Amino acid sequence: MEGIVKRFPGVVANDGITLLVEPGEIHALLGENGAGKSTLMNILFGLYTPDEGVVAVNDQPVSFSGPRDAVLAGLGMVHQHFMLIPRFTVTENIILGNEGSGLVLDRTAAARRVREISESYGLLIDPEAKVEDLTVGLQQRVEILKALYHGSRILILDEPTALLTPQEIEDLYGILNRLKADGTTIIFITHKLKEVAAVSDKVTVIRRGKTVGERITSETTGQELADLMVGRGVSLTVARTPATPGRTILSAKNLTAQPIHGHKPLSIADLELRAGEILGVCGVEGNGQAELVEVLSGLRPITGGTLAVNEIDCGQRDPNGFREAGLSYIPEDRHHRGLVLDFPLWENVLLGNAQGEPFVRRGLVRGRKTQDVTRQLMADFDVRAPSPETPARALSGGNQQKLIIARELFRNPDVLLAIQPTRGLDVGAIEFVHKELVRVRDEGKAVMLLSYDLDEVMDLSDRIVVMSEYQITGEFVAGEVTRNHLGLLMGGRHSDEATQA
Amino acid sequence: MDHFFTLDLLTRILRMSTPLIFAALGGILSERSGVINIALEGLMLIGAFFAVAGTYWTGNVWLGLLIGVLCAMAGALIHAVWSITFRGDQIVVGTAVNLIALGLTAFLVQSIWGTAGGSDRVSSLPKIGGMSILVPLAFVMVPLVAFFLYRTKLGLRLQACGEHPQAAVSAGIDITRYRYLAVLGSGLLAGLGGAYLSIGNLNYFTLDMTNGRGFIALAAVILGGWNPWGALAACLLFGAAEGIQIQGQSTPGFPISSDLLVTLPYIVTLIAITLFVKARSGPAGLGRHATTS
Ligand SMILES: Nc1ncnc2c1ncn2[C@@H]1O[C@H](COP(=O)(O)OP(=O)(O)O)[C@@H](O)[C@H]1O
Ligand SMILES: [Mg+2]
Repeated sequence: MEGIVKRFPGVVANDGITLLVEPGEIHALLGENGAGKSTLMNILFGLYTPDEGVVAVNDQPVSFSGPRDAVLAGLGMVHQHFMLIPRFTVTENIILGNEGSGLVLDRTAAARRVREISESYGLLIDPEAKVEDLTVGLQQRVEILKALYHGSRILILDEPTALLTPQEIEDLYGILNRLKADGTTIIFITHKLKEVAAVSDKVTVIRRGKTVGERITSETTGQELADLMVGRGVSLTVARTPATPGRTILSAKNLTAQPIHGHKPLSIADLELRAGEILGVCGVEGNGQAELVEVLSGLRPITGGTLAVNEIDCGQRDPNGFREAGLSYIPEDRHHRGLVLDFPLWENVLLGNAQGEPFVRRGLVRGRKTQDVTRQLMADFDVRAPSPETPARALSGGNQQKLIIARELFRNPDVLLAIQPTRGLDVGAIEFVHKELVRVRDEGKAVMLLSYDLDEVMDLSDRIVVMSEYQITGEFVAGEVTRNHLGLLMGGRHSDEATQA
Repeated sequence: MDHFFTLDLLTRILRMSTPLIFAALGGILSERSGVINIALEGLMLIGAFFAVAGTYWTGNVWLGLLIGVLCAMAGALIHAVWSITFRGDQIVVGTAVNLIALGLTAFLVQSIWGTAGGSDRVSSLPKIGGMSILVPLAFVMVPLVAFFLYRTKLGLRLQACGEHPQAAVSAGIDITRYRYLAVLGSGLLAGLGGAYLSIGNLNYFTLDMTNGRGFIALAAVILGGWNPWGALAACLLFGAAEGIQIQGQSTPGFPISSDLLVTLPYIVTLIAITLFVKARSGPAGLGRHATTS
């Protein structure tokens, strides 16, 4: 692909990108969110037509009018958001678009072929299973099988690790190496430096729609790639001064809550959050964090104990009541809880801020005013989007997250709950979010950071609590506990056992 | 009361279910491809009217049936162009088609027969066992549509368009084509349902003779979980409510007042929808387009 240009209304997504991939290599395409990686791959796969530039496959210039042509040319794509139909079976998903001759489906024969292919690549899966019943890792396997079934020799994977567990990521690397040994060419899109080093032979870095470098992976460093990707020197760790914790802003005692269906009930003996500190909550996903967050933001009623924000009893309050008591909340799921994707940015800024001034006066929304504030927030928080009228859906994850942070801080809260605030973000945006959390802390607010990334918790927190089995099983001052010790507690050991280990 | 449970009641239920079954199957096709089709009502009305008009013009009831169905498909084509090609809001488009159908048929009745209420009498389709031959046809259509959806290549693709349009595009499926086909198919089936009302069950057309049946069929689609067999069951339920109502009215000494009885089908629909529909959900991509540029 040479000199590829693709414009969308208000954005130049690709601005002269060149990507040269040799047969049989794993080629990483590295860039921040919004850099234009997916757009470039959608062009290669025939979903978009480029405004300028040449695409060539096996030295033949091609111009695909749709994915069908791309598949015929031997390309296969595993999209960032899976293109699977949850209600279809594995086989139905795989054969879709290539069902074989004849009007009537031969499901048995198709399932047999799927099984053959899956066995020959060691991608074990039940062809009759419904996709909605599969784990994300297995769904991805279905996507890869789909491409292989359609005869792909060039496989494009768009951010394939975004939703996988560490174990599933290891499995994926294994699969990719096996495919490579078999002669498949792989384009691996990512914004994570670790992954580039782990799987790729070569790497092309793009930034803001332009190619900024191509390197042989073994001859470069993470720092060099990070700098290329972000376009300036980035610090991969956060600089911060020791905390000076003040009064207690949020406190929970003997808290219990209604369990989520099929889960154990949450039980928090004692949790305090002070002004001017970052409290890190670490733990393995599914140990009560979801419940804790819902309780602390007023989404889940408590069944016992006390919960106070700014010394206001919040036990019986709804989310709005928590907000009035001074709490802001960055939810873990930007798309479902953080934003209304089809609303323009300014309406998203209005969400949760519509109780009164400055956005609402005498019960009426002040559209002009809200848009002006949104524009200002976009400038202050570096939200890259054409205008406040842009729908939230059109923004990259990092920009969506910045908008949420801007909105939540606009209310000048005393407590900020940040739930996995950097999930799925790129290096530049992570750095931004981390700096912002530290800045908020330094302004004397209380910050709770809940993350499943232990490194993130250890890097940022002043105090750390561990959640395991729906309880808090350990509390530490940061710097006085080792990674190993936290890891053992997270794995369900008790504090004294962990100390001995 | 002795006259209530008779063979009559059974045939009445079958006859009442027939137009609903045709229209519901049409609704399933369209919605399974991802196009919300609230125009069933209007398409039925068009089918009912043009079947009579066609019979009146040609003197042949079979040609009349063909004309009725083709005109309903033409109505569906308008819906398709508007909602698929021009991406109009499907609810708005459907409502527009319904209003156009109502106005157009009223106007044409007036200009052809010079009356405001309905058409002249024409001949009707042949009957077997006291029922129009369209009655057995409706029941035969159920397995046919089910086979088409679940067993054929086209059916699988059509469902993909409705479940996840973007995935369908990505699999190289021309969703526009499939959606057009599905909406035209729904026009064909709704047209048959409408024609049944005018030249099947009766032999004339009256204004607004569908009387909400298109919407009841839509309720049957939802209640039946967008599945032909489920929809059949729902149509029989609604048909039974209507059959019982009519039978009750014509049974001397029936203990429920006729004013209350006429509301029975609608009450049954409401109750059924509240009781059974919560857990069901339709095609995930209903009303959504794929993005391409
Ligand atoms: N369909 C679209 N319409 C408008 N803008 C788009 C569309 N797709 C992507 N963009 C914009 O193009 C830029 C590049 O997006 P993308 O290729 O998805 O980035 P990446 O995959 O590197 O995160 C972003 O600014 C994004 O908002
Ligand atoms: Mg992307």
